[in-house]
Amino acid sequence: MLTAPPLVDIQDLKVTFTGGPKPICAVNGVDLALERGETLAILGESGSGKSVTLRALLRLNPEKRTKVDGRIAVGGEDVLALKPRELQAFRGRTVSMIFQEPALALDPVYTLGHQIAETIVKHNGGSYADAKAKALDLFERVRIPSPERRLENYPHEMSGGMRQRAMIALALACNPKVLLADEPTTALDATVQIQILLLIRELQREFGIAVIFVTHDIGVAVEVADRVAVMYGGRIVETGPIRDIIRRPRHPYTIGLLKSRAHDAMAKGTRLDAIPGSPPDLANLPPGCSFAPRCKLGTPACTEAVPEPVAVGEGHEARCFRTDQTAAA
Amino acid sequence: MTQPLLTVRGLVKHFPIAGGLFGQKKVVRAVDGVDFDVIDGETLGIVGESGCGKSTTARLLMHLMPQTSGEILFDAAKVGSPDLSLSEYRRQVQMVFQDSYASLNPRLTIESSIAFGPQVHGVPQREAIERARDLLAKVGLEPSRFAGRYPHELSGGQRQRINIARALALRPRIVILDEAVSALDKSVEAQVLNLLMDLKDEFKLTYIFISHDLHVVRYMSDRVMVMYLGKVAEIGPSEAIFETPLHPYSAALTRSMPTMDPDNRTMAAPLSGDPPNPIDPPSGCRFHTRCSFAEGVCSQREPVLTAAGAFHHVACLRSEPGSGHTMAPSSAIAA
Repeated sequence: MLTAPPLVDIQDLKVTFTGGPKPICAVNGVDLALERGETLAILGESGSGKSVTLRALLRLNPEKRTKVDGRIAVGGEDVLALKPRELQAFRGRTVSMIFQEPALALDPVYTLGHQIAETIVKHNGGSYADAKAKALDLFERVRIPSPERRLENYPHEMSGGMRQRAMIALALACNPKVLLADEPTTALDATVQIQILLLIRELQREFGIAVIFVTHDIGVAVEVADRVAVMYGGRIVETGPIRDIIRRPRHPYTIGLLKSRAHDAMAKGTRLDAIPGSPPDLANLPPGCSFAPRCKLGTPACTEAVPEPVAVGEGHEARCFRTDQTAAA
Repeated sequence: MTQPLLTVRGLVKHFPIAGGLFGQKKVVRAVDGVDFDVIDGETLGIVGESGCGKSTTARLLMHLMPQTSGEILFDAAKVGSPDLSLSEYRRQVQMVFQDSYASLNPRLTIESSIAFGPQVHGVPQREAIERARDLLAKVGLEPSRFAGRYPHELSGGQRQRINIARALALRPRIVILDEAVSALDKSVEAQVLNLLMDLKDEFKLTYIFISHDLHVVRYMSDRVMVMYLGKVAEIGPSEAIFETPLHPYSAALTRSMPTMDPDNRTMAAPLSGDPPNPIDPPSGCRFHTRCSFAEGVCSQREPVLTAAGAFHHVACLRSEPGSGHTMAPSSAIAA
């Protein structure tokens, strides 16, 4: 039996920003596959290329100043070849996105009900009244209290958590197959963040939607993801099931990241096991493994060639020459 | 307990907001009657959600704005009184902010930035520069390489080290760290936290550590103060706050932290809804609108901070003898 191709298939994606004096190599060869109904978390620090990868999927990076190479396919459709009109239909209906700051992503001069209904009419046709009814249904599904009244609200009349729920409703309006979430809970308070994470988990199950969730917080990834891809310097350095990444990380960067966390079992006054140095300059990437300058296990070979992914478990790969040395850690 | 280094009594800050010409004058009750002590040599963590008043409290402690009422005592002397002038107080209490770039003058080399404070306080220029170079070495930046650079030439982690060095240049006794590591990447954050611990030992500092990251607060703090809508909900030893919280809000806050265990994910949100608006806070106990233990009395009676263990105080009617809450201890036993 032939296995169906993955829903999202990214191959050797390279994104370079050419606007400045020096080209910025934000993404340097990313391969990523996402199955139907799966939740993948892309974990990385600022400048690791996680958001750029996500934006490339919807072609949101400024086209004039961005060079994109590689292949992105969603449901068999070649995203990079879409014409402007096809791209419009693709955004929102096949793949939609929620952002970190809903106050900036929503239009301040229209009510939320109007924004959602407009999106539905635009994409699916039908009457405005039907679209309004669908908007109400969506507000109920994202568990907004007194949804009829809330549909008539402008974004500024809502609290941060409520706005994020409204943005999720908007993103789900046209039943997309893939939902992209770019740090959707980073700007929220702890007690609200967990509510939104639980909501995304529930909706993911309810709608059978595939989710790519970008975050810098391992804890958040643990709460939502089936699988994690750890990014560093524009490459995926380790990918695998969430359990393996948390319990048996094999890339020195992932290991270092987990060790450097202040966690609860820690005795007061123990020093954190910090990774030395700072993340690489994307305009000036070192040849070879971009983590090599900070790596305890670095060898001369690490600075010469970029390591290929090495299988270290079922569905678990690490881009490292020294995986034989990382198992014990 | 020895004499506290810093004593805060009845601290209030209301920000007026524009109302209509005949409209009622409205105020944001950012900090609404806060009392606490900071003990010499400790790290006091302050946690709470946005709008709870933790940053306003920090700014009031620094006298970056005048308080509406209340007083701050440093070493038993009232700040701004003849015993303790504001400039002398500022020399003793310094602050590090979240945005490392915005808090440095872009036109000064980092050496001059660090030396600026001491010079204002009367240290001769040459000595101030020497001190700045010493401090650069202490925060892990080689003076010969970094002294002449400008803020934009440094990474976020390096800039935050500069801000820490600058805060220490006046040899203060208290350093207020307001989300000082929040903007840093996780791998860099650990380095800066280690640095803060080392400097605390070396210079015998007292920290007031404000952060929304509860893991980091737990790691850094000896005592923790939990704030909710401009009030202190609970204050006590760090372990007690995180292991056996007494206030329902502290309990919900600690349980809202992601679990870090894929087989044991959070199944239900500990709290629903967002924090209410501090312009019009709920009556009585401000948490009663989101509290699962709320009873009628909670919307009428405001709880006061009540001792509930060694150095552990909580503002909840359940812990207040004779408050009228069914779970409260009776006043006879408490007496």
